[in-house]
Amino acid sequence: CEVYAAPRMATGMQEKQYTPSLLSFFIYNPSFGPREGEEEKKILFYHPCDVEKNEKIRNVGLCEAIVQFTRTFCPTKPAKSLHTQKNRQFFFEPEDNFWIVMVVRNPMIEKPNKDGKPPTIEYQEEEILDTVYGAVLRQCYSMYKLFNGTFGRAMEAGGVELLTQKLEKFFYRYLQTLHLQSCDLLDVFGGISFFPLDKMTYLKIQSFVNRVEESLSLVKYTAFLYNDQLIWSGLEQDDMRILYKYLTTSLFPRHSEPELAGRDSPLRPEVAGNLLHYGRFLTGPANLKDPEAKFRFPKIFVNKEDSYEELHLIVYKAMSAAACFMISASVELTREFCEQLDSLVGPQLTLLASDICEQFNINRRISGPDKEPQFKFIYFNHMNLAEKSTIHMRKTASVSLTSVHPDLMKILGDINCDFARVDEDEEIIVKAMTDYWVVGKKSDQRELYVILNQKNANLIEVNEEVKRLCATQFNNIFFLD
Amino acid sequence: MSDEHYLELCDNPVQFENASSVNNVFFDEANKQVFAVRSGGATGVVVKGPDDKNSVAFRMDDKGEVKCIKFSIGNKILAVQRTSKAVMFCQMNLQCVVLEVSCLCFVFRSLQTKNASVLGFCWTNWNEIVFITDQGIEFYQVFPDKRSVKLLKSQSINVNWYQYCPETAVILLSTTVQGNVLQPFAFRSGTMSKMSKFEIELPVVPKPAKLSLSERDIAMATIYGQLYVMYLKHHSRTANSPSAEVVLYHLPREGACKKSHVLKLNTTGKFALNIVDNLVVVHHQSSQTSLIFDIRLREPDCAVNTHQPVLPARSIHPYRIPLSDSSSWSVFQPDIIISASEGYLWYLQVKLPPTVNLLQDKGKLMDFLLRRRDCKMVILSVCSQILEGGEKGSLPVVATVFDKLNQVYKEYLEAEQTYTLAMESGPSRGSAAQKRPVRTQAVIDQSDMYTHVLSAFTERKGVSHKFIIAVLMEYIRSLNQFQITVQHYLYELVIKTLVQHNLFYMLHQFLQYHVLSDSKPLVRATPQPRLSTANDEIVEVLLSKQQVLGALRFIRSVGGHDNVSARKFLDAAQQTGDQMLFYTVFRFFQQRNQRLRGNPAFNPGEHCEEHVVHFKQLFGEQALMKPATV
Repeated sequence: CEVYAAPRMATGMQEKQYTPSLLSFFIYNPSFGPREGEEEKKILFYHPCDVEKNEKIRNVGLCEAIVQFTRTFCPTKPAKSLHTQKNRQFFFEPEDNFWIVMVVRNPMIEKPNKDGKPPTIEYQEEEILDTVYGAVLRQCYSMYKLFNGTFGRAMEAGGVELLTQKLEKFFYRYLQTLHLQSCDLLDVFGGISFFPLDKMTYLKIQSFVNRVEESLSLVKYTAFLYNDQLIWSGLEQDDMRILYKYLTTSLFPRHSEPELAGRDSPLRPEVAGNLLHYGRFLTGPANLKDPEAKFRFPKIFVNKEDSYEELHLIVYKAMSAAACFMISASVELTREFCEQLDSLVGPQLTLLASDICEQFNINRRISGPDKEPQFKFIYFNHMNLAEKSTIHMRKTASVSLTSVHPDLMKILGDINCDFARVDEDEEIIVKAMTDYWVVGKKSDQRELYVILNQKNANLIEVNEEVKRLCATQFNNIFFLD
Repeated sequence: MSDEHYLELCDNPVQFENASSVNNVFFDEANKQVFAVRSGGATGVVVKGPDDKNSVAFRMDDKGEVKCIKFSIGNKILAVQRTSKAVMFCQMNLQCVVLEVSCLCFVFRSLQTKNASVLGFCWTNWNEIVFITDQGIEFYQVFPDKRSVKLLKSQSINVNWYQYCPETAVILLSTTVQGNVLQPFAFRSGTMSKMSKFEIELPVVPKPAKLSLSERDIAMATIYGQLYVMYLKHHSRTANSPSAEVVLYHLPREGACKKSHVLKLNTTGKFALNIVDNLVVVHHQSSQTSLIFDIRLREPDCAVNTHQPVLPARSIHPYRIPLSDSSSWSVFQPDIIISASEGYLWYLQVKLPPTVNLLQDKGKLMDFLLRRRDCKMVILSVCSQILEGGEKGSLPVVATVFDKLNQVYKEYLEAEQTYTLAMESGPSRGSAAQKRPVRTQAVIDQSDMYTHVLSAFTERKGVSHKFIIAVLMEYIRSLNQFQITVQHYLYELVIKTLVQHNLFYMLHQFLQYHVLSDSKPLVRATPQPRLSTANDEIVEVLLSKQQVLGALRFIRSVGGHDNVSARKFLDAAQQTGDQMLFYTVFRFFQQRNQRLRGNPAFNPGEHCEEHVVHFKQLFGEQALMKPATV
């Protein structure tokens, strides 16, 4: 099958296709500069930063006006997005009076004209979905909040000055990692991929987590992942959702290269003399033996009833198994603690990782040779946020690759929007232009999207086929036990 | 100290007239009877057995000093030895309490070998007897009615002394000049079979050769169903053995006898041996303490089959045994201690509770306890104890203990299953009939754990819920590891604990990986014929446990509260009798109705009329939510 990666080039000779891209991203609070002439004070962050001051003020003012205007129609639900020919703006108020705005340029096709005339630009304003980019915007905030706490917290601690510093520091880097061209339905779900596992191995992991938490009583929460898929979370669902996003799209991809690198590669981390285990810290000290090693870990904020709680995030990995240990930020972590953790967790996690690997291979052998399923699907369960996709290839830090045409992805997104409108169970079957059939099913908090490549099938046959698939494949899609 | 005595004498010793110049006392190991013979029998012989029905009293003529006196099995025939050349048989009529036996007697003296002196005799059956003489062994059948005996088998062999193990009917003869070549014979209904002889390694070989192995240093007993010859090997200055040890020789029915275990005593002096509950008890005279050994307990830091004492040495509670020469205390196999001078026969017993604090390694403690007879309550108390401590690092210990319990539990379940299958497939052809497996006290099942340990543990105040869940999961993990089907009440315990602490996300994850819902239904006795999902099951469990708010919170956490039946919750709330609870639940559903239909009233289809009436009765008409005015 073909792999479509964005950005892509259209087939036409000199036609140039542009994917959606980030035009600007800004955060403001109208209450900070209510009087005329003080408008600049409202702006807390503006990307790109080289925009002229008056233009910044103009753009922020426009957004304010739109939100204010739409409030008159529905006071509780002001506008979430504004569609224009060239771009689309998304508005989000995560905290009282704090607004985040993201402006995305619509995808477009540049058609060269003869006779040296400037090329004609055709904006494809219907190609992008509010749900997808709205979700991306909310994710931006959640990620900020994970590492910094709320805007309100920064205000309390150090006023506007501290908040703008924090925003600058965080978003400057974060926005570079936003790859708007490859956002799709999965961003809407923001789901978690769970690792399929038999009950016994799962219980062993439980036992491991409990023992570590008992012996290292500083550890408040633990999450356990294998192959970038979640197995256990001691954090609440919403916190885990965003932490999972961070781990799988940012932290793990950054650290996967050394493991894949050859023995003599300079990328390969220094390995201690006698190798009793393969455990190492992904956050904090790269090498415990280094006398200069710093024992600083990233801090994250998680929800706790009505407030939030600040934690050190220790990510420790042995082979494909990763354990995240979260420790109250009020505790200072020392070399002794890290050594203790390393010597306790390292050997156990190494053993567990090979156990899981072995068990996984056994299960795969039982369930049949690892041939690609004959159909492609995305599954999402709203209740436990479980997602599974055979459409997406392995995520990397830079791009997510899909194995189907973007047009089909757009259809999936559209079906999802239709589902969101109604509360009842539904089923939608679409015949795509390219002879593909796309089927969406929604029942009892679960959504399933199937893409079938059966040119000559009719509606009834497609329906039967999907029914059959559900019965055979989705009974136990996640858990091979 | 006092609660550290792990050995005790039984509460109800057998009492008999103490030994004196006119009263001779004999003990028969086969029938476990004490004979008090007054004045050679003329003024009475009183026989006391382990229980009253084995007690007999009779009189016989004084024909000289009695050297040995024993009943055949079942008290049918009495054998009395007065000289080294002759034994007298008497048939007993036990209808009368006091018997005059002399008239029924006949004397048997036609022994096979002339000039042989009788070392002793052993009854192997109601009418079969073995004579051991210094020149051999003779096996006879006795016919009291005909006043005759019939020789069944005999064997010539020079004998120094002998030992008899009534349990297995094996006689051990000491032969050769040094006495260290032992020849066992086994007896079974009319047959005598020679077993393979073996040699005891002496610490020093004396020159010139002389009898070097004393019968006091050899004992026979069955341990874990196998016959062993125990040799008390004293320390010797010349040989390189700093302290005494007990060497066990395994004596199988077929095949050669092999040296199998060495028990290190780590001291010197005089010793005596008992076997109690498959433990070898070694009494040390000078310190007046005893040691116990379990030959099944593996010693990690010892060579194969070398054993150290399981526990530190302690004296027997509440007595100390003076085994001094002047005393008339004697020790008999397997577990008997007799004080002839005081007129008592005790059974030695192992007290398990004190062992708990003496054995720090809980894994080893479990191995030890699981092999003891009355272990159940002690094991359960140990389980409670390790959960109570809640010390750091106790989870691995908890896991080890659970695994050891479930290992035994699983073996029993498997044996039971094999038996059931064998029974179903009909009586086996020719092969030995299947015996129903015995459920020993060491089989600790899920209901035992639930009732005596886990249920109370989850209720206890001050235990962190993290630890409770960790322990429950550890138990479930252990059961799964041994492929034992987990009982629903354990799942209920986990669910209850999670819900009490609002840990719904954990609950979901457990459900997701099928850790909690298994083939067995989660719910007992619920009216619903079928439950569609695990969520419904959890709600049912919680409602049946009267956790109405917990159930509501749970169903709301999974987003199912718009679809649940209000009636079910209201019923449960009403049943608790808690008015505020009922109020809360009622208002919850009124608000739901308002949100879903714009009206707080219940639909007729929901069948909540009686609850509305109940609500009005309790709180008055005006407390009802009114439909919002348009």
